[in-house]
Amino acid sequence: MQGIKEADSKAVKEASNWNLIYKRLKKNKTALIGGYLILFFIIVAIVGPLLTVHDPLRVDYSTKLLAPSSEFWLGTDHNGRDIFTRLIHGMSITLYIGFLSVLVGGMIGVPMGILSGYYGKLLDTVIMRAVDVLLAFPGILLAIALVSVLGGSINNVIIAVGIFSIPGFARIVRGTTMAVSKLEYIEAVRALGASDLRIIFLHVLPNIVSPIIVQATIRIAIAILIASGLSFLGLGAQPPTPEWGAMLSQGRRYMFDHPHVALFPGLAIVTVVLAFNLFGDGLRDALDPRTKA
Amino acid sequence: MLQFIVRRFFQTIPVILGVTLLVFSLIHLIPGDPAQIMAGEAAPEATVEAMRERLGLNDPLHVQYVRYMGNLIQGDLGQSVRSSRSVVEEIQPRIMITIRLAIYGMILSIILGLIAGVVSAVRRYGILDASLMLAALFGFSMPNFWLGLMLIKLMSIDLALLPPSGWGTWQQAILPVITLGTGGAAIIARMTRSSMLDVINQDYIRTARAKGLKERMVIYKHGLKNALIPVVTVVGIEMGMLLSGTVLAETVFAVNGMGRLAIDAIRARDFPLVQGIVLIFALIFVGVNLVVDISYRYLNKRIELN
Repeated sequence: MQGIKEADSKAVKEASNWNLIYKRLKKNKTALIGGYLILFFIIVAIVGPLLTVHDPLRVDYSTKLLAPSSEFWLGTDHNGRDIFTRLIHGMSITLYIGFLSVLVGGMIGVPMGILSGYYGKLLDTVIMRAVDVLLAFPGILLAIALVSVLGGSINNVIIAVGIFSIPGFARIVRGTTMAVSKLEYIEAVRALGASDLRIIFLHVLPNIVSPIIVQATIRIAIAILIASGLSFLGLGAQPPTPEWGAMLSQGRRYMFDHPHVALFPGLAIVTVVLAFNLFGDGLRDALDPRTKA
Repeated sequence: MLQFIVRRFFQTIPVILGVTLLVFSLIHLIPGDPAQIMAGEAAPEATVEAMRERLGLNDPLHVQYVRYMGNLIQGDLGQSVRSSRSVVEEIQPRIMITIRLAIYGMILSIILGLIAGVVSAVRRYGILDASLMLAALFGFSMPNFWLGLMLIKLMSIDLALLPPSGWGTWQQAILPVITLGTGGAAIIARMTRSSMLDVINQDYIRTARAKGLKERMVIYKHGLKNALIPVVTVVGIEMGMLLSGTVLAETVFAVNGMGRLAIDAIRARDFPLVQGIVLIFALIFVGVNLVVDISYRYLNKRIELN
């Protein structure tokens, strides 16, 4: 009986929390723009490939390196493929890499952070030292090192970028878990005899969801940037895959006379990353009461 | 303070050990037989065996790691499998180019970022603030290699103002440094702005104004000095971004630094060289973070005492 009541009141509280967040998000114009853009990109990734008339992969030298026109909206590449079509097909790859690599990073980083923050002591030291080791590799370098040994493919990029994303999650989650675990009501629930697992799942986790979501949104932006960099270096998605970084890598040889081959894939990356950054910024403002004032 | 420095110094030792362990493991993460891959897929068994012997891959893992660490302490990073030179000899002529590139990028991003951040904070909610922050948002949403390509197209091809590649003259440095520094400038600008806004609302700023100090004096002497402290922490993260960003910038501008060497080594499947470069990058970064942490502590302490 007591358990049911506890869960019910939590559900109500949570619903009102989400309402509040939604209200705050609605007031934040930039976050809304970011959110709608992301939604639009997801729709494009799903529906877009069905609507394009050109083939993203078929080589046709009779149409190579054409400037943008009414038939080829953004021009064609060195293999005569329509760049607009390739960008549309590449959208799902970009989003897939972004979401999945952050999911991988979160699935490992979040439990690490919770264990570290909740149990503290030796476990905390060990986990945080491991995180420090991952953070000792500057920026994109760890991902480069991992992909260089694993081999260049989209799945290996996801693994590499996922591992690169672990420390961000672990650190944020550790900090918030520590703060939440010290709250009085956690103390009270523990005194009532709740197990650690129950406390973590029912009481700690709901309280740290918002920083995790904010972190994930910003991380997706970083993941997309890094993945495109890996493909640009020839270490990620391989041609003829219409991945945007790989398109830039191939297009750079032709861009002096035909700038459109390098301009548009880059703009596509910027737009998607920008959308996630806008949304992430807005979410942080809406979810973090400190910055609200 | 000295105590803090010593403690912080000792804290880096397990991190460095962990880094070496991870770098050492890289070669064993290769799916399949690393000796076969380095010798070439069509290589006869004898060649593969020779490669295996040369890299010491026949020994048990712990023996390999101890040997790796022993060599490392003596400053031996192993042999390149493609050239006759040692990894150290391969890296040595390149390392300063990369460090210089990263430092110039850092200087540019600090100068640009601070100016934009302060101006934004002073004119908050104005048009200038909005446009600067929009530019900053673009700045760190942009892949730096793409910015580099566009700069080459605009500045070198269309306007023919600056050389598109190479390293040596100051003209050759401009585009790679802009490419590298822009993302960092954007982050520093945002950080400086929010930190300045925090500070401007503090009581002592009001006091300074009430004393009749000139606005300029209030902003720069009292505001910026205190707003800078949180900015120092991002500088450490920034440096990581810049160091690894050199890999992309050097590739775009054909700069013969350590980053480009890394990519060449990866393409040639020269894994001992890859390991060496990754390790050096990580060690530099660990050192930078040590310095950043100590200076942050120093700055914070000075404020406390004041």
